[in-house]
Amino acid sequence: MSQTITPAAIRKTLEVRATPQKAFQVFTDGIDRWWPKDLTISKAPLKQVVIEPRVGGRWYGIDVDGAEDDWGDVLAWEPPGRLLLAWRISGKWVCDPSVHTEVEVTFTDLGDGRCRVDFEHRDLANLGEGADTAAVSMDSGWGGILGRFKAAAES
Amino acid sequence: MANATAFAALADPTRREVFERLAAGPRSVGDLAQDLPVSRPAVSQHLKVLKAAGLVTDRPEGARRVYQIDPQGLGQLRAWLDRFWDQALEAFKAEVEKPDDDEEDEA
Repeated sequence: MSQTITPAAIRKTLEVRATPQKAFQVFTDGIDRWWPKDLTISKAPLKQVVIEPRVGGRWYGIDVDGAEDDWGDVLAWEPPGRLLLAWRISGKWVCDPSVHTEVEVTFTDLGDGRCRVDFEHRDLANLGEGADTAAVSMDSGWGGILGRFKAAAES
Repeated sequence: MANATAFAALADPTRREVFERLAAGPRSVGDLAQDLPVSRPAVSQHLKVLKAAGLVTDRPEGARRVYQIDPQGLGQLRAWLDRFWDQALEAFKAEVEKPDDDEEDEA
């Protein structure tokens, strides 16, 4: 029995105490300061995450051995309001240039030094098959990540 | 968690409960309805929405239909990504709101 699978986009909205300028800067240039280091597709542990600040720029991880793994690239670079990234990590947790899913982040000024961040990861059907075992195996390490990042951020 | 998921299909708490029960293993509508405080038609309705969102699939088993999390893995991958982005955006928020940024130019 075959059936078309069309997962709904993942959407998140949050408010942060920062201007859009600062939020955009931290999200992109500062991504290495907050990205959960557990998400990586390299064999060795992740050391650094980079988004190159221009359309066509690479989005990649560098592991502790210095190897670089592409994750995607920059589709739209519109500081401070909007960032559009291609996420090309397939359901098998490898970078596949033919995989096209989009991560869009917009930053809306709320005044008073606050802004709203609207996040969407869409076209998830393009992640392909074979995702189940990878998803399950990646699932174990989540406990405590949030606490660790809060601690790091507040230190 | 402060920024509850805005994901439409899982926005309803009962629906999320149905989804979480299926994450534990395939169940029929009747099965699900038995230990949830909602009617069987209501459970069917929730399953319909989850199915439309690509989160669950169903198959006939004798006279009944059995529902399960999408066996192709997209449902599970999606659920994983959904949690991942929650964590990532919480971490982003914590970082962006760090109080020491008055002099972010150079330390």
